[in-house]
Amino acid sequence: MLELRNISFSAEDEGGKTEIIRNVSLTIPDNRFVVITGPNGGGKSTLAKLIAGIQPLTGGNIIFDGTDITDMSITDRARMGIGFAFQQPVRFKGLTVLDLLRIASGNALSVSEACDYLSEVGLCAKEYIDREVNASLSGGELKRIEIATILARDVKLAVFDEPEAGIDLWSFNNLIRIFEKMRSSDKKRTILVISHQERILNIADEIIVLADGNIVKQGSKDEILPEIVGTQYAAGVCAKIEE
Amino acid sequence: MKIDAVQKQLLQEVADLHDIPEGAYNLRANGQSIGRNTTANIDIQTKPEGNGIDIRIKEGTKNESVHIPVIVSESGIKETVYNDFFIGDDCDVLIVAGCGIDNCGNQDSQHNGIHRFFVGKNAKIRYVEKHYGSGDGSGKRILDPVTEVYMDEGSTMEMEMAQIKGVDSTERTTIAELKKDAKLVVRERLMTHGEQHALSVYKVSLNEEGSSADVVSRSVARGTSYQKFDACIIGNAACSGHTECDSIIMDSGRILAVPSLEANSIDAALVHEAAIGKIAGDQLIKLMTLGLTESEAEEQIINGFLK
Repeated sequence: MLELRNISFSAEDEGGKTEIIRNVSLTIPDNRFVVITGPNGGGKSTLAKLIAGIQPLTGGNIIFDGTDITDMSITDRARMGIGFAFQQPVRFKGLTVLDLLRIASGNALSVSEACDYLSEVGLCAKEYIDREVNASLSGGELKRIEIATILARDVKLAVFDEPEAGIDLWSFNNLIRIFEKMRSSDKKRTILVISHQERILNIADEIIVLADGNIVKQGSKDEILPEIVGTQYAAGVCAKIEE
Repeated sequence: MKIDAVQKQLLQEVADLHDIPEGAYNLRANGQSIGRNTTANIDIQTKPEGNGIDIRIKEGTKNESVHIPVIVSESGIKETVYNDFFIGDDCDVLIVAGCGIDNCGNQDSQHNGIHRFFVGKNAKIRYVEKHYGSGDGSGKRILDPVTEVYMDEGSTMEMEMAQIKGVDSTERTTIAELKKDAKLVVRERLMTHGEQHALSVYKVSLNEEGSSADVVSRSVARGTSYQKFDACIIGNAACSGHTECDSIIMDSGRILAVPSLEANSIDAALVHEAAIGKIAGDQLIKLMTLGLTESEAEEQIINGFLK
């Protein structure tokens, strides 16, 4: 279970302090699929980074499975079972897909196990296993490899920061399938996705709307989705692409 | 012939050998040849002057290898060795050279290998040269190799040069001259640490139509070490050349990259690229979100980069 207790985050800039997350409290029980939506600049990605430890809190506490992780490093949080998929997956010169999956799994993952993870995200394992995770891969391919690293880690909480960013429609359809599969998997895992895609919101158990650093709506999908559908908080896939 | 544990370790580092190699080889240790084997197709002879060896590979020799590792495990040895490779037409062979120095004493140890390759028509060579230093003495471990490559029509040479650890000072010079349709590929990997200095100079002349060269260096400079990469490709005909220097700097490491091109023919197509920078913060963060510590993440990034 993840608990955010009165967390806040402010960034220093030229005009002084800007509050990005304002005193947010939230409890996410185990085995849930939760989507956080909201306007651009509303603090969604910052919230995801605060949970993974990439940004430090300026106030409040984060409790994960009963442990206060507020002052823990990214590494320690990862070792406790928190996974984070980047909005813009990072490229590495020289590291191969297999290297990355091995680092993710934390043990000597066999080639066939690594191939299983790639197949799960819809990549032909043979073609990708020895590829470098560099600029030769497309945005959609990188995104799927990013998700495969989360699968290989077998995390308790997987945080996805705008997984639809930078991918084409075809890859987006695959992404939805991967999430549906992760959701129905018998592995006990909580999935927290930052997204304003209607189709991702549509497979959520719970939807949270974050605007101006505050939670403005929170509830089950059936409760929240009808209220926001058609707005920028729950955009159709083509709307995103036209942007 | 027996080799001791330190020598075995050096052999493993520079030639991936666990013991005496199979096939043709010449093993030099502490200033003298301590073992040699020739085959029906590959002959190795000491030069009349006694300051090196001639390696002659019969034309048409395929799928054979020559190992000529050098190991220096005594402090204070300084030597310059001249090795010439005469590679017949249509050969397809692997040549593994390399030098490992273990210096536990307080005198400098230095090995300079001057290698010349005369590559026959349509021959295909893969050349691997690794440098390695170990030992905790105050004496320096110095390697100043010179490699000259003369490539005949249609020949191909792939050179893999690596110096990852322990060499205090190195000045590497590589000169290549290519005839029609000859192709040279160089992959250099270098890591310096402490106060090490490394200088790598390439001068590749593409002299005839259809010749090509691809010289790529990846390097990491740590500590207060200094590197200079100076690669010049000269296009004297309708040819194509590419040189690239990609480097990571850490701590107070310094790198000077001087890629240069000289086109003396209107049909020469030459490209150079150079990039130097520290490890990107998001690369470290990504690996930390996979459970590595910051220093483990750095090691993984460097190992991958220099692979």
